[in-house]
Amino acid sequence: MATKHSRASARIMISPAVILLLGWMLIPLSMTLYFSFLRYNLLMPGMEEFTGLTNYKYFLTDPAFFAALTNTILLVCGVLLVTVIGGVFLALLLDQPFFGQGIVRILVIAPFFVMPTVSALVWKNMFMNPVNGLFAHLFKFFGLEPFDFLAQAPLASIIGIVSWQWLPFATLILLTAFQSLDQEQLEASEMDGAPWIKRFWFIMLPHLSRAITVVILIQTIFLLSVFAEILVTTNGGPGTASTNLTYLIYMQSLLQFDVGGGSAGGVVAIILANIVAIFLMRMIGKNLDA
Amino acid sequence: MARSVSTNRKLVTTFFAWAVGLAIFFPILWTILTSFKTEAQAIADPPIFFNFHWTLENYVTVQERSNYFRHFWNSVVLSGGSTLLGLIIAIPAAWSMAFVPSRRTKDILMWMLSTKMLPPVGVLVPMYLIFRNLGLLDTQIGLVIVLTLINLPIIVWMLYTYFKEIPGEILEAARMDGATLRSEILYVLTPMAIPGIASTVLLNIILAWNEAFWTLNLTAAKAAPLTAFIASYSSPEGLFYAKLSAASTMAIAPILIMGWFSQKQLVRGLTFGAVK
Repeated sequence: MATKHSRASARIMISPAVILLLGWMLIPLSMTLYFSFLRYNLLMPGMEEFTGLTNYKYFLTDPAFFAALTNTILLVCGVLLVTVIGGVFLALLLDQPFFGQGIVRILVIAPFFVMPTVSALVWKNMFMNPVNGLFAHLFKFFGLEPFDFLAQAPLASIIGIVSWQWLPFATLILLTAFQSLDQEQLEASEMDGAPWIKRFWFIMLPHLSRAITVVILIQTIFLLSVFAEILVTTNGGPGTASTNLTYLIYMQSLLQFDVGGGSAGGVVAIILANIVAIFLMRMIGKNLDA
Repeated sequence: MARSVSTNRKLVTTFFAWAVGLAIFFPILWTILTSFKTEAQAIADPPIFFNFHWTLENYVTVQERSNYFRHFWNSVVLSGGSTLLGLIIAIPAAWSMAFVPSRRTKDILMWMLSTKMLPPVGVLVPMYLIFRNLGLLDTQIGLVIVLTLINLPIIVWMLYTYFKEIPGEILEAARMDGATLRSEILYVLTPMAIPGIASTVLLNIILAWNEAFWTLNLTAAKAAPLTAFIASYSSPEGLFYAKLSAASTMAIAPILIMGWFSQKQLVRGLTFGAVK
């Protein structure tokens, strides 16, 4: 069907996008790789020298790295747990017929559109502040000591904030998946007397499994890079209690000006993200054939 | 056949759904309400919900003290500019992949997607140095380029899935009637693709408006969009709740409205067509 002529022009039309993305990938990536083998600090210009794997050795044996890795895993898994379980139940609820469906749907997805710095600051100051926050008022109302969320449970608080931002995403995708569920199959099982829990477990959940996998993989890609929420709430602290890998590398590169060390960290982050990416790509690739 | 649901059950569901919906929306509602209070009312204990003296003074103060509209304008330029630039690059690419697929089309699509998996922090150092050496730090043009590149894979993918749904026969018919490639794209394809392009534009503006890694790291004062401006409220201005709320409300309002319009397309765009 396609002529030689159209094939040639197709190649020309696709090339700007390919060349730009290729440049975007290769140039900074190779620079990161190159810097990671150098002793290079912006505060000491002209002192650059090749140091082999020293940066990696320092980065990987730094106790902060282990803390950041643990925090990253806890943050990703914590948010995934809350959003996937919460999302399934919310989708289940919103899929039922009720009055004002459209409005409630709009209310539920709203947090996804709030920029990260706004949601982090609103939660930090107006809710979690130990003196004037709404939670503090609420605690006092019940005669409890106000709790300083971001000082005493920094990582859990950040997990809460990020979950609030991502719950709408999970809900929206799972709701879309629910709506393509075969209603007749459900009715048949209902008539056969299957209890609700069995219908949920054997019909709904398997139907959702694909959407759940997509939610997990896509969220993981974004959650590995959580940054703004940490920057405006805790600055990674107290100590390294809420520092994730992204934030650790940011501190090393732009606050300590350690280009070599920051780059070594960057390479480690890229390798970790790639492990997740491989699974995601397989999923989407399969779908492309279908 | 639709299942008949008893009114009772519907009422119970209505109650729960509204309770959950309002709980999730509450932080946003509270921010909007607080933006119309005085600072004293904003931190009052017990909290005041509606019976306060509504005032617009916070909005005025925020603009006067911090030149709010410059940051707002920066956000508009960055999200609008990166979307426009992205479309110019992506439309031809998506067109050719959808209508003149070759053996490598799938590989190219997957490869484009893989660039999106690159964690931004992995290239933070080189990007910072490149920007510094080219004098692009804290400039609109520099950020427009970065935002275009990070969202280009999503634009190409979304357009591709929409173009795929346009029947190829129509294009063939146009071609047989002697339409050139240019007029084929301009007069046949584009009108049919407008709904798809519109939702791509919406999603991309939302993503660019809320992007908070590069905008925070590559801007200072001049080109800072709202994400970076609000971050400067981190302390101590953030403790002035009413002003923080006014600045926040203005920052999220346009995107909230756009987002509500694009909720259906959102699923498709964010899952790269894996869930429709």
